[in-house]
Formats: sequence, C-alpha cells, structure tokens
Amino acid sequence: MDAFFHQVLAGLATGGIYASVALALVMIYQATHLINFAQGELAMFCTYLAWALINAGFGYWPAFLLTVGLSFLLGVAIERVVIRPVENSPVLAVVVVFIGLLVILNSITGWIFTYTMKTFPSPFPTEPLFGNRFISSHEIGAICVTLVVLLLLYAFFRFTPLGLAMRAAAQNPASAKLVGIRVGWMLALGWGLAAAIGAVAGMMVAPIVFLDPNMMGGILLYAFAAALVGGVDSPGGAVFGGFLVGVLENVLGAFVIGNELKLAVALVLIIGVLVVRPSGFFGKVHVTRV
Amino acid sequence: MNRRALIVIAVLLAAACVLPFLVSNYRTFQFTLVLVYAIALLGLNILTGYNGQISLGHGAFYAIGAYTAAILMDKFGVPYWATVPVAGAVCLLVGFLFGLPALRLEGLYLALATFALGVSMPQLLKYHHLEKWTGGVQGIVIAKPDPPFGLPLNPDQWLYYFTLAVMLVMFFLAWNLLRGRIGRAMMAIRDQHIAAEAMGVNTAMVKSLTFGVSALYTGVAGALGAIAVQFVAPDSFNIFLSIVFLVGIVIGGLASIPGAIFGAIFIQFVPNIADELSKAAPWAIFGVFLIGFVYLLPYGVAGAIRMLLARLARKGQNNRSPAG
Amino acid sequence: MKHILVPIAALLAAALASPAALAQKKYDPGATDKEIKIGNINPYSGPASAYGTIGKAIGAYFKKVNDEGGINGRKINYISVDDGYSPPKTVEMARKLVEQDEVLLLFQPLGTPPNSAIHKYMNAKKVPQLFVATGATKWNDPKGHPWTMGWQPNYQTEGTIYAKHILKNKPNAKIAVLYQNDDYGKDYLKGFKDGLGAKASMIVKEVSYEVADPTVDSQIVQLQASGADTFFNITIPKFAAQAIRKSYDIGWKPVHYLNNVSASVGAVLTPAGLDKSVGLISTQYLKDPTDAAWASDPAVLEWTAFMAKYYPEGDKIDAANFYAWAVAKTMEQVLKQAGNNLTRENVMKQAASLKDFVLAASLPGIKINTSPTDFAPFESVQLIKFDGKQWVRFGEVMGK
Repeated sequence: MDAFFHQVLAGLATGGIYASVALALVMIYQATHLINFAQGELAMFCTYLAWALINAGFGYWPAFLLTVGLSFLLGVAIERVVIRPVENSPVLAVVVVFIGLLVILNSITGWIFTYTMKTFPSPFPTEPLFGNRFISSHEIGAICVTLVVLLLLYAFFRFTPLGLAMRAAAQNPASAKLVGIRVGWMLALGWGLAAAIGAVAGMMVAPIVFLDPNMMGGILLYAFAAALVGGVDSPGGAVFGGFLVGVLENVLGAFVIGNELKLAVALVLIIGVLVVRPSGFFGKVHVTRV
Repeated sequence: MNRRALIVIAVLLAAACVLPFLVSNYRTFQFTLVLVYAIALLGLNILTGYNGQISLGHGAFYAIGAYTAAILMDKFGVPYWATVPVAGAVCLLVGFLFGLPALRLEGLYLALATFALGVSMPQLLKYHHLEKWTGGVQGIVIAKPDPPFGLPLNPDQWLYYFTLAVMLVMFFLAWNLLRGRIGRAMMAIRDQHIAAEAMGVNTAMVKSLTFGVSALYTGVAGALGAIAVQFVAPDSFNIFLSIVFLVGIVIGGLASIPGAIFGAIFIQFVPNIADELSKAAPWAIFGVFLIGFVYLLPYGVAGAIRMLLARLARKGQNNRSPAG
Repeated sequence: MKHILVPIAALLAAALASPAALAQKKYDPGATDKEIKIGNINPYSGPASAYGTIGKAIGAYFKKVNDEGGINGRKINYISVDDGYSPPKTVEMARKLVEQDEVLLLFQPLGTPPNSAIHKYMNAKKVPQLFVATGATKWNDPKGHPWTMGWQPNYQTEGTIYAKHILKNKPNAKIAVLYQNDDYGKDYLKGFKDGLGAKASMIVKEVSYEVADPTVDSQIVQLQASGADTFFNITIPKFAAQAIRKSYDIGWKPVHYLNNVSASVGAVLTPAGLDKSVGLISTQYLKDPTDAAWASDPAVLEWTAFMAKYYPEGDKIDAANFYAWAVAKTMEQVLKQAGNNLTRENVMKQAASLKDFVLAASLPGIKINTSPTDFAPFESVQLIKFDGKQWVRFGEVMGK
C-alpha cells in the first residue's frame, strides 16, 4: 500500500509538470483555436533565457520576472512575424509552420547553449516539507505555482474585459471585429500569454528534469494528453488532466503494464479521449450545425 | 491527360532509366531512396492532400512496412520481392483499423492522435515480448539482393530499377484511383464533408479506406527502404521521420502526384545541403527552408510549376489572339 | 667551416639519393603527400545531439595537429557529417564518405545502431571503421570483421566487473537495476547478469526507462519498494543525476553502482548533489577533468589549454570533450606509426599493434593494447568510490 501511495504522489509531482505545460497549450488554443506543437520548445528556450540571466548575475526572482516579460514579448513577436502570414492558410500550412518553429528553436538553443545538461536553481527550500520522503519542496512549490497561474488565468478570462475580448476574438473573429475588437492584437496577446505561461512552466520543470534542449520532448506528448483529457479549452481541465495523466502513467507503469509501454499509455489516452469524449472532462461540447 | 503531359512523362522516364549508368553507385543509392520516399509521400498525400486527414504519424506505417520486410527476409527466408506486397497488405489492414476510430477526429485532433502514434512507435518496436521477431534494440540486418537472371548490373543498380518499377506501378494505380469515382469522393469529403455525406457518399467507408490505402503506400515504401538500407532498428522510426514526411508533401505540393517526387527530392537532398552550410544548426536551416516554402510557395513546388505553366499559357494566348 | 659543411653535404646526399632509399610511400584513396582524409559520422541533430560535441572536439584537435605541422608532414583533412543518429542516414553518409569523398578511413562513427548499419558495408569495402564510439562488445571481432575496431572498454566487461565485486563483497545482496531501454542499457545488463552467473536471481527488480521520459522518479520508487539493498544504475548523465538525487530524497540508501558513462563529477554528481553522491561506486579508465584530484595533472592542464584555444565553445564539464581528445590522440598515434605507408591495410595493422600504449589521459596503470587477435584497445578499468569531494581509486586495475 505504501508503494502505491508513493507512486501516486510521484505521479502528482510529474503531473504538475504536465499540467503547467498543458496550461500553456490551452492558453494558445483559447486564443487562436490552434494546437501549438512548438509550445514545448518555446518554453524550453525561454527557460534558457532565464538561465543566461541568472548566470549573468541576476537574482532568481528578478531573472524570473524578467524572463516572463521577455517571453511575453517573444510570443507576441512570433505571432506577428511568423504566424500572421499563414493565418488564413489551410490548417496543414499552420501545422507545418509550427513544426518549423519547433525545429528552429530546438536547433538554435543547442547551438547557442550546447547540449550538455545544466542545473537550474529552484526558489524553494531544499529540505522536504515536514521531512517527508515522498515529495520534495520544489515539487510541491511547482504545483502551487501552477495552481496560482490557473487561478490568475481563470480570473483573467472570466472577470476582465480584455479576457472577454480575447475569447470573443477566438470564437467568432468576424463578429468580434464588428464590435470593435482588434482581433489581430488579441491573437498576439494570446501568444504572448501562452509564451509567458510556458516560461513559468519551464522554470518549474527545469530543476527537476535538468535543463537541456531536448527536455521538453517527452513532456510535450503527455502535456497534449493532459490538455485533451481535461478539455482543450478549459484551463482547469488541463490542470486536472495533467495530474490524472501523471498518476495514471506512474501507477500503470509500476503495477500494470511495465515501464516499457508508458508512451503507449499516452497514445491510448489521447485516442481514447478523442474518440469517446473529444471535449474531455471539462471542455465544452462543440456542435456543428449543417 | 493531354499529349504534352505524356511527352514530359516519357522524357522523364527515359532519363530515370538511364540515370544509374551516368552516375556513381552512391548517387544511384541516393536516387533509390528518393524513389522510396516518393512512394511514401504519395501515400501521405492521398490521405492528407486528397482526403484532408492530417497525419503526423506516417512514420509508424513506414516502420511497420520496413519491419515486415525485414522479419520475413531474416526469420522466414522470404525473397525480397515477395515481402513488398506483404508489407503493403499488412499496412493496409493496420491503416484501416487505425482509420476507424480516427473517423471521429478532425483537423488538429487527428494530427494530435497521429502525432501520438508516431511518438510511441519506437517504444512499441522495442517491446521485449516482441524481441524474438523484431530483434529488439539491436535491429535486424538484411542481405542485399543480387540482380536476377545474371543481368549485367550491380546490386545498387538492380535495386534502383526494382524500386523504379514498383514506384511506376504504384503511381499509375494512384492516378487511376484518384481520377475515378472514389478519388472524387475523397476530395468531396475533404472540401465539404457534410455536403458529401448528404449527397450519398459513404464518408465513413471512404475515409477509413483512404487511411488504409495511404498506409499501404507508405508501408510498401518502408519495405523498399529497408531492403535498400539493409538494416532496420527501432530508433530510426521516430517522430522526426513522420515530421519529415509531412514536410515533404507540403514542399512538394498537396493533392499532386508529381508533388510526391519533388518532395522526395527535397527531403533526401536538403538535409545534406543544410549539413554543408552549417554544422552547428542543420535542423534550424531545415526549419527556415520549411517556413520559407510555406510563405512563398504555399502550394508547393508542384503548385508553383502549375501556376508558372498556366501563366505562360495565358501569355501565349494573349500574344496569339489579336485584340478586337 | 668543416662542421657546417659535413651536415650540408649529408643533406645534399640524402636529397639526391634515389627514391628507393627513401621509405616506400604507399597510398590508398584518401592519402597523398600532402594530406590524409579522415571521415567521421556524428549525431549533430536529433535525439542524440548531445554527443555531437565529440565530432566537433575531434575536429578541433586535428586542427591543432595541423597547426603544429600535421602528421609526418601531412595535414589531416577531417570530414565530419551528420546522421542524426538514424541508421539509414548513417548508411548514406558512410557511402558518401567512402565512395564520393574517398576518405582513407572512417574514424569514431558514433552509436551502436548507426555502426551496426554500416558494419557489413565497411568490411565489404575494406575501409577501416576505426575506434567506433560505442561500448558494444561486437566490435572486437578480428576474424569476422577485420576492418572494424572499438576503443573504449566495452559495457559488458564493466557490468561483469560490478557483478563480481558484489559477489565478493556482498554475496547476499538483493539487487535492483535501472537501465536505459536501448542497446547501451541492455548490453550493460547482459554483462552484469553474465557476471552473476548462476546467482542472477540476486536481481530482485529490473526496470527500464526511455530517453524520452521526463524523469525516472517513478522507477526509483519502484526499486525502493522492491526491498533491494544494492542498486546498479545504468543511465545516461541526465537520468543518473535524477536517480542519485531521488534515491537520497526518498531515504533509499543502497550500495550504489553507477555506470562509467555517467561518472563525471561536474556533469552528474554536482547537479545531483555532492552530498547525495557519497559512497557511489563506479569504474574509470580516463581521468575526470572535473575531479579536483586531477586539477594540476599535466594531461588535464594540456586539455584545458587545448579547449580554450581550439574549442572555446565546448563545455568544459562535459566528459565527452575529454574522451574526444583522448581518442583523437590515439588516432594520431596510429597514423604516426603508419609513416609513409598509408594504405588502409597498414592503418588497420598499426591500429592492431598498439603495445602498452599509454595515453596521458588515461588513469595510471591503464594502457591500450591491441593485437591481430585483440581488437579491444581499452580492456582494463579502475574501480573508484566517491567520497563527497572526489573519486578515490581503490583495488587494482581490473579487466585484462
């Protein structure tokens, strides 16, 4: 029983990682109705920016805030420069552009920072909470940060006029334009926020998995699964999905199917959710009218 | 097809046949790979270009085809030419089965599901319960086939002609399929699937069959590829392969049969060029090429050629017809 | 005057001497009076791109050699290409280097699947596939594959050494194993199990992980739950650091054997936590440039200067860059020994005649030995234990 409980906790810890990246995915989806395959690499690149700042002598929190700001600007820039020209192209063209972004970001990071893994500091204490041996303080801290970001996002979309404008721009660009919403800038804003959230996710993840250009590769698939399971247009769902995927992966891997098929778990989850209930647990069901 | 197109094809065919005698064995090998990728890309194009279903996991079908050929040749002593249709048949079945649950998925969701398939494939291939057949992480080494009937060709040249023959057959079959009733149904589903359904097209059957046929083509390519390279290992078939295939059809041109060939040339030779340009960031250059093509030539090379020819034709017409 | 004239006369005489008196110059494609063409295939892109630094470091070293006059007056023309760790690409690149660029030999192609893919081809073409960058056992096969040779101590030997150590010091151990699910991990595991022999049942739990996994935390928890008191850790640096840290955090204190691939103080133990790494056992055959014990060692100092001048963008805590320097020096030695007979056959012959060759980079007591029946240059390793600050050598040099 102890082993099971331990696996569940470890699963919640990894689930926190998936949840934070899934949040960024959901953010982009809510703003643009696109699934950003380059989200992981963008988050990783921004984390390297933070690392460079810390190495240059900045303290952790100043570097953190500066990175969030820079990431926001980077996201906006990418939307304006790279995504804007293909906005009205068929979906496939957009997917290809995302893939192009993915490989460029990955390659450039490796070129600038080399592929040797680096340590990334954690703002949380090193001693585990209450001396427990199941979950480290950083992992608890990362989960808390994810929940805080989630709350902020929820408040933003629900209670601020800007959040409402963004949702409107994504759902019905034509009508939104008619009421005076600058749809183009809403999209850019969405990207900026997603990049910022991704950067936060990266900075929470890096102390656990260590910083290297390929660090987001494995996480991305699980984050996709998490976003889908929870509902790709529901931030709360994404977080829930993240924890669920983390726990399932650990428990199934340890007790049921062995570690050799963990990726297959993600595959089955994704296909299963998409087939049985595409809107996930908490997403809105879309009905297409003829 | 008009006469001019037939002449172009004849000329290209003649050039392709003479090629192995004009270039080194190494180049012949590279061109064999171009032919292999052309078949794989045609498969993906049938699904994505003509039927609108995005797949980011076609590398998985390439892998299944390659392993089918390798296992048959290595464990059961099947001659190489017989493994190709078997690989195709296996992938037809697997593709169809995958296409069934995929019926309910659209656009990005389907991309996601196929992405998951592409990512998890290497792990499935390494699964230790299958190791007896797949050779596990060590992979399988295959012998190179010799030219039959004592033909005066070396193995590289023979393999090139064999692959060329298979490619021509597959391309002809695809051309036939796509300009017939089923092809039109496929494209109808891509453009307006609700209307197509309303007009009596059995969308479920057509979509699943398209998935199967598309997988068949890519599986055949995988088998041919395995024979050419003489080696299969799980980690060769990772998500990057699927991504490269997608790149190929976008560059070559969606919904275009000649596009498959342009795309194949791109994915075979451009990474080598990028490697020469920069040791530091070869994939970055690849990515830049990618995005550049999407901006400048959204209909791919095939589309660009089509537009160029159309413009030339129009100019010719303007020059010929006197105004008024 | 006389003492100047005599040497001048001697020189003139030598210069005018008939060609037969000079050493016979024999060349195969890739070698000329002016240069030696060496081909290399490394993963500069894709999932294994972390190892691409080896190809770059080797290139930097050959540049240094060229700056200092080359080998026997010939410059090294080093052609390194990317295969993305994908065997089909490796086949294509090997054919390009051999058939199009016409290199004399292929040096340090990296990875077991890539090298497996070109194994037959290189031997059929009779081109040296020299000092391959993998620890698999199959490269030591002079009868079947006389043109292929490895360099580093192979994984199975290392696994066997740990097994024997356990049998000797802890015969009732309950062993847990964490291994990477690929040829590298499975090779180590095989050697380990072979070393345990009939007592292989001492392994109470073995779990695998994929390079794509974010963490191995779940696996470590599983291993602790098995009740094991001994741990054989077959992981690459990133996951080794995670495993060391997690084991400590969950209060699991097994006797911890760490594979040599991840034994770097700077790259693995420091990120994991030096205090959490106390008691780790591993083996080594090269010096660790990040280990304080070697801080003023001449070899390490020479390497540091080399990195600063020729490969400043290379990471100085990455053991791969030290490895690259050491293996490049071995290649240099072989070419030096070949003299003016630069045929492929002679290159292999020289590679197979390294007798007690001491690399400054290797640990004291460890030498390179090859012969026509022994294609494994490094076969001995030294057991080491971490004391919280540095690796301390103990016992004798093991292996051959």
